[in-house]
Formats: sequence, C-alpha cells, structure tokens
Amino acid sequence: MIKKPKYVDESKCTGCKACVEYCPVKYPDQFNQEISQNKAIHIYFTQAIPLATYIDESCLYLKEKKCTICQAICKADAIDFNQTAEKVEVNVGAIVLALGFEPFDPKLRNDYGYGKFKNVVTSLDYERILSPSGAYEGEILRASDKKHPHKIAWIQCVGSRQVNPAGGNSYCSAVCCSYAQKQVILTKEHDAEAECTIFHNDVRSHNKDLERYFQKTEQLPGVRFIRSYVSIGKEIPESNNVTIRYTTPDDGVKEEEFDMVVLSIGLNPPTNYQALADKFGIELNSHGFCKTSLSNPMEATKPGVFVSGSFQGPADIPESVYTASGAGSQCGELLDYRRGKLSKERIYPPERDVSQEEPKVGVFVCHCGANISRVVNVPSAVEYALTLPNVVYAQEQLFSCATNSAKEIADMAKEKGLNRLVIAACSIRTLEPLFRDTLREAGINQYYLDMANIREHCSWVHSKEKEEATHKAKDLIRMSVARSSHLKPLQEFALNVNKTALVVGGGVAGLTSALSVANQGHEVYLVEKDTDLGGMARRIHYTLEGLDVQEYLHDVIRQVYQHPLIRVYTEAAITETGGFVGNFITKVKAQGRVTEIKHGATILATGAEEYQPIEYLYGKDDRVITHLELEEQIVKKEESLLNTRSLVMIQCVGCRNEDRNYCSRICCSESIKNALKLKELNPQMDIYILFRDMRTYGLKEDYYREAAGKDVRFIRYEAQDQPQVEEAVDEDGRNVLRISVTDLILGKKLEIDSDKLALAVAVIPSAGSQEAVDLFKVTTNQDGFFKEAHVKLRPVEFAVDGVYLCGMAHYPKHIAETISQSYAAAGRALTLLSRDSVVASGAVAEVNGNDCISCGACITACSYGAIEFIMTPQGRKAGVNPPLCKGDGLCNTVCPTGAIQLKNFTNEQILSQIDAAVAGL
Amino acid sequence: MEQELLLKEQIQQLCNRAGNNNFGDVMVVGGGISGIQASLDLAAAGYKVYLVDKAPSIGGHMAQLDKTFPTNDCSS
Repeated sequence: MIKKPKYVDESKCTGCKACVEYCPVKYPDQFNQEISQNKAIHIYFTQAIPLATYIDESCLYLKEKKCTICQAICKADAIDFNQTAEKVEVNVGAIVLALGFEPFDPKLRNDYGYGKFKNVVTSLDYERILSPSGAYEGEILRASDKKHPHKIAWIQCVGSRQVNPAGGNSYCSAVCCSYAQKQVILTKEHDAEAECTIFHNDVRSHNKDLERYFQKTEQLPGVRFIRSYVSIGKEIPESNNVTIRYTTPDDGVKEEEFDMVVLSIGLNPPTNYQALADKFGIELNSHGFCKTSLSNPMEATKPGVFVSGSFQGPADIPESVYTASGAGSQCGELLDYRRGKLSKERIYPPERDVSQEEPKVGVFVCHCGANISRVVNVPSAVEYALTLPNVVYAQEQLFSCATNSAKEIADMAKEKGLNRLVIAACSIRTLEPLFRDTLREAGINQYYLDMANIREHCSWVHSKEKEEATHKAKDLIRMSVARSSHLKPLQEFALNVNKTALVVGGGVAGLTSALSVANQGHEVYLVEKDTDLGGMARRIHYTLEGLDVQEYLHDVIRQVYQHPLIRVYTEAAITETGGFVGNFITKVKAQGRVTEIKHGATILATGAEEYQPIEYLYGKDDRVITHLELEEQIVKKEESLLNTRSLVMIQCVGCRNEDRNYCSRICCSESIKNALKLKELNPQMDIYILFRDMRTYGLKEDYYREAAGKDVRFIRYEAQDQPQVEEAVDEDGRNVLRISVTDLILGKKLEIDSDKLALAVAVIPSAGSQEAVDLFKVTTNQDGFFKEAHVKLRPVEFAVDGVYLCGMAHYPKHIAETISQSYAAAGRALTLLSRDSVVASGAVAEVNGNDCISCGACITACSYGAIEFIMTPQGRKAGVNPPLCKGDGLCNTVCPTGAIQLKNFTNEQILSQIDAAVAGL
Repeated sequence: MEQELLLKEQIQQLCNRAGNNNFGDVMVVGGGISGIQASLDLAAAGYKVYLVDKAPSIGGHMAQLDKTFPTNDCSS
C-alpha cells in the first residue's frame, strides 16, 4: 500500500483549525461536493476520524514552494512538509473489500443540464445542502442567487434503469426512490411551504417500513408524485429557473418551471474498479461490481477475499452493514485458529474514588456543528453554567462527540479534578456510551455522567424561538447539574459467557447461521418444528440468477448433519426459555423427550409463510394458483401448464393494502423468474404481468428487461382499480379465465382470456415468529416481522442482549439475501461467543425488601422478565435479575410502596432535577 | 494448551522475521459504513484488523448524508 502524505503529523495535530483560518488558498471542498470552498489545509469534515488537518494539492508551498503560513501558526508543530508517500506492507490472512460505490456523474450525459445550469444539482449535492455541516450550514439555497428555492423537482432514475450508450446503467440503484422521499420530507421540514415534485418511474419502496414512508411523503401537502419520463427544457435567463417537460395521461406534454432541480443519481461501481479487481485478483460482473458466488454474496472469486456493501451491487445501509458482519463471520471461519492471538484488550486507567469529595461538576456545551448553536446561544449557556452550584468548570465544544473533544473532556476532568460531568448535547440514546467511555478514560466512575439534551429537546423543536430556546437550554443544564450532584458510582459486573448457540428455525437462514457459528468452533443446537430441515426453500427450485436451490439446500443440510458440533432437533418445540445474555437456558421437546439446553447466544430464524389468498377465485378454480404452486408445476413440467396458451400473473395480492401495508419485496422478481422459465419451456405462451410498481430492484432489473424483450407483457394497474377475474367461455368455446384490467396508457378496459392465473401473494410472518415473541421477549414491527435493535446499524440483533435474528422472519428476502443476513447473525453472535465474559449495566432496578408488599405489580410490568419472587428472610419478595434488567423503570412507576428503585434514577436524583426545573419559574 | 503456546510463538517469530509490526489477521479495504462494521465485528471477535481508506478520514458516503430514511436519524 502507498500511504499518501498528509503533510500534517496526526499525532501532534489537535484539530484546533488555527491553520485553516490563516491559510490563504481557497479551494472547492470535495466533501461538500465542491459547492462551497475550503482551504488548502483543512479537516476533511467536522466529525472526521482521525480529526486532524491535512494539506491537499492546492497548497501554495507544494505547488510553488511559497507561503508556509500554517507552519508558523501551528502551536503543536504538526505541519511537516517533508512527509513523502510511504510504502506500507501488511501481512494478513483475509481481506474484506468494502470498496463502496461511486455516485453516477450526470455530466457525462449532458442531458439534464448538470454542470451547465446552476440550479440543477445531484441528490448527493443536495445532501450537502441539507446538512447543517454542509455547504450552506443547513440552509437550502440555490447556487445562482443564494435564495431559498420554493418549487423543487426531483428527477428519478438518473443514470439508472437506462440502456444508453452515452452513459448510464441498465440496473436499478435500489436506494434512490427512498432517499428522494427523505429529501422531500426534510425539505418540507426546512420550509413547510415548499412545493416538491417527484418525477418517477416505478416507486420502489421494497424494503422494510418503506411503503409507509412513501405514503407519508405522498400525503404531505404540496407534494406531487408524477409518473413520467422527463427532459430538461431550458434555463430561464432572468431567474435561472429551469423548465422540465413531462407528460401525463390527462394533459399530454407539459413544460413546467422549477426553482431548483435535484437529479436522483444512481450508484456506480467504485472508480478504477478494473484496476482494483486486478490488484486483488478477483473477477467482476458485467457492470463492474464484484462477481460473487450465487449462494454466497460475500464470497469473491479468490479464496480468502470477501466482499461487503455496495461493491456487491447497489445496496442500502442495513444491507451494507449486514453483509459486512457476514463477511466478518466468514473471515472468522477461515481464521478461527488464530483468534485472539494478535489483538490487544483496551486498558483504562484505574478508577479514582471520589465518594468522599464534594461534587465538582464540569459542564461541556456542544454546538453540534450548527445543529444546536444555530438556535441556542452556546457561549451564554456556558457562562450560565458557571454560575450554578458545584460547577467548577464549563466550556463549549464544536462537536463533543469528536475524538479530540472526548480527549479534551478527559484531559480537563483530570486537570480540574472534576468528579461529575454534564454534557449538554444530544440524546443519551446515541452518545451516552461514548461519554461514559470518556469518563472511564478520565479515571472517573462512568455513572457520574448526566446529559442535557439541548438538541432533540431544544434546538430542533424550537428552531424559530432562539431566545426561548437558549433559556430552555439553560434550564436543562441546571437540571442536569442538580442531578449530577446526587449521582452514585455504580459497578458493572462481568458475566461468564456460555460458548454454545441455540438456533431456532431450520430453514436456509437457520442452517447457514448454525454452520457458520459451528465452523468457528462453537457448539450449536438447531431446533426445527417440522420433520425436515429446509423450510420454505424446499419449495423453491431455482433463483432468478440461476442457483439450483435444491442442490444447494441438500448440500447445506448434509453439512449440518455431518458437523460434529451441531445437534439437530426436528419436530421439536421450545417449551420454556429463560436466562440472560451469555447464560440462557431453553427447554426443547422433541420425540417425546425434553432436553435442557444451556446457551450463550440465541439466533431466531423462524422464517415466514405464504399468504393464502381469498382474492381472484383462488381456491374456487384450480387454474388459479400461487407462484410457489406455479414453480412446482414448472419443475414437474405439468401437462396443463405446457399446453397453456395464455397465462396471467397478478402482483401485490394480499399486501400493499390496508390489511398488510407493506411490500413483500420478492414477488416482482419471482414473477419475472417464472415468466422467463415459462418462455424457455414454451416461447409461444402469452404471458401478462399485471403490476402496480415493478420492484425488480438492483441488478434484478436486467431480468425485467430480458422478460420485456421476450414479449412478456406488463400492464400496470392502480390500487383502487384492481383487476377482475371471472370464469368465461371464449370465441372458440373454450373455458377460460377472463381477466379485465384498465390499461392506463390506452385509457380503456382490456379483457384477457387466459388458461392460468398465477398470484404473486404476500409473504406473511410465520406462526413460529409469534411464538418466539412470547418466549424470547423480543418484539415485532406493526406488520409482525421481527424488530431489529436499530434499523440501519444493528439490523441482525434484537434490543434484548444476546438474541439475534435473520432471514424472512425479519422481512421478506431472496435466498441470497437471507444467506448474507444469516452469516451476519452468526458474525454478531461470535462477537459475544468468542469472549469469556460480557459486562452488564450497573443502572438496574433494586428492591428494598422491607418496603415490598409482594403484590407482583412490578413482575407484570416488566417486559424483559427480569423480576420474579424470591424467598428472603422477610418472606417472599420481588427480586431483580440484574443482567436481564434494561433499566427502563416501568417497575418503578407501578410499585405502590416505592420499594423498587432504579439505580441511577433514584427518587432523590429525579426530585433534585424537578426542584431545579421549578427553581427557574 | 501447549499447542496454543507453540502457535503463538510461531506467529511471534513470523512477525519478528518480517521486521515490522504490520502483521494482522484481516485487511478491510474501504472505510465506509460497511468497512467500519466489518472492522468492528472482527476486532470484537478477537482479530487484529487493518482498515484502509483512500480518503483522509473514514466515513465514506454515509458521512456525506444529512439524515437516513425511514427514521430520519442523523447520518453522520
């Protein structure tokens, strides 16, 4: 590797940015998409890691040996013009390629006016315009006159879903529909009066919870979704407005003026993909993304090289995260023998005992870039904090969460002898762990921390009332300071980790994760309620991309049965489960025997089921079948199918409606898959696909194009005008299914006589998932699919520690996606199982036996099953099992005698906060 | 146990022979959200990881985004 010179010694740079202020060279800021200017020496972006400056190629000294002002300014003596490119050699056992994507450059095409008209921007430009740390500090402005645009248009599929020799990609970029909707919502938050128009093709809201997100966007006032191909008309010289030409079925061709146009650009493979592929000795697919195994999207063509994220093909954030964890798990399988040999544990300084000291509170008030300081007067809040009792130190910080700020906090705590810290910044939900860590670094017990949320609870919600917001920020700080003085040092405790895993569900998801965990040396118990392993995949024979599913499945099942570390229970039911992270106990009943399993981690892979339709004569006429039934007939080459002259498929049966307000995600591709197979069997067959939006996202788009090229006919219908099916007799006297549907392009009713009707039915949550919810105390979203701990960043784990999820129980998925997610669940489980102990929070509930009247109200209130009756010398009393307690305080509120208290949220602490709040009135 | 010690020794010798400390388990190329997650997981599972990025900071494209759908949480 060549390490490029930054001309700044990172170990010395404090990130103070004095050099940036004095640097005379202004240069387009690449991080801000060159919309704004930065200096030749600068920090890449405000939260950069490492948070140090670097000097880019625009530097006068590097170009002409002039200037060196920065060297004179820098007090840390960090500027080093003698740095040269450094060759670094690294020896490793495996490689993960997470090369990402390159945004599509619309300049290449020259047809949307980008680079020519000032007020045409890309969606990534627009992100930097929306961002508080962006080009205009969070104000939406036009480049031409720096005024707020009122009428904004989004053009979808720029560089995607097009076959155009001048540039563009045939595939769908999979993320643009939803990010454009997000940008519309954010634009409306900035300016409620803004008029937003999205010109789109199919709306692809195929991922979890995105159908509702689309509806939310669509229902905002002043938002229009117009289904039309468009072209850019002209720039109007006086206003720099831009016109867009589009067509609607009612009005024909129209030309409309907009203040600003955002191009929803797609995702290209990384720049220089060919050179990179050659360097790593891997093959690419025809689009320039990494070529991967059909049954393993993380496996590149060279052993030991794995791939994650959008280098596999267009991917959103959760997919990038779980493929990363999946790649990690496979590295683990390869390198299990050397685990822990080279890594080092982090060591914290010893904890100072401050229990005998008077409270000495330090207050750090965060600007959050401009998120807080745009509204709240931060310097005045700092000044105010200094007047509060027990406060001995206060200062402001640009980003308290930045690495250097955390270090600054720790250093100040040591220097000033602080023993309580108040961070006035954002929600504890995101950053409390980080600041607790800062306290540990400073040698203070981590529970001596309080955060005043002056962002979500203040600047964001009171953006129009600056003075009052500042007042409120001061109130919040005063309350935090009051509480901090009553904080107690709490001890976390280490729990041993049982090295065994329990996997619930023996479909592709459960099989894959069980194998991956077992291949890393851990015992696995695999529990399946059916008589055979394989789950839903037993009914699937091939994938769109050509994987022989049965062959693959048999191979995986064989590996599972042969694995010395995996024990399989079929026809099994879980009767009881309990325990906590690292120490679960589950009872499994199989073949009349009950086995007690002790395990450290649990993976729930309970799958999904096929919706049994009541629509379209299903169950009444045996020519009406579901796609799984059609696939069966295709594989058996059934007579009735081969003789079919005309076959109709109807999409979105049983979902995207009021009962199931979500997209089942896989059905569009399934229909294309079966249509292509049928065309292979009988090219003469007339095939019609009646759809609402074709959602063949990502690289699957190519197959949609292929089907259209093979004369599969696609007819769009609207939700409120569903196709009608009746039994009829055609001109030749044959019994047919007559399907009538409105052709929206021709504007008239079509009648299709067909011999078979295949329904693309919804994927629905399994009964097993519901049982798991009750047993394992996990949660589902409103559609009944497992709810992950964080939709973006923790996609394969539950809020309950030590319990992981994967496969269709999370959301409908294709087999390859299920495999990725299952490896990911294994990878995340390994971060637990590979350790000897885990740490449980000290902020848990505690019962005072003297006050407990054994009413059991707290036991009912607890959603984690953390409280039960125990025998004590005073009799039967409620007792808390600390590792299970999440510290949510539900028990506190129901206890009639106040016997149960939450450490870190004691009455004393909360009352002191209330007193401080009232003191301001 | 004895075998493990032997292995550790062998690895140590290999490191010494290479004449530098640049001996790791996995190299992750690309410091965007995917590369960061892979590195964190591997490190937590007991591996020494080299994370390599072409930019002066890790973060990738996600750091450039303002917020993320569908929760509209801050992206960076």
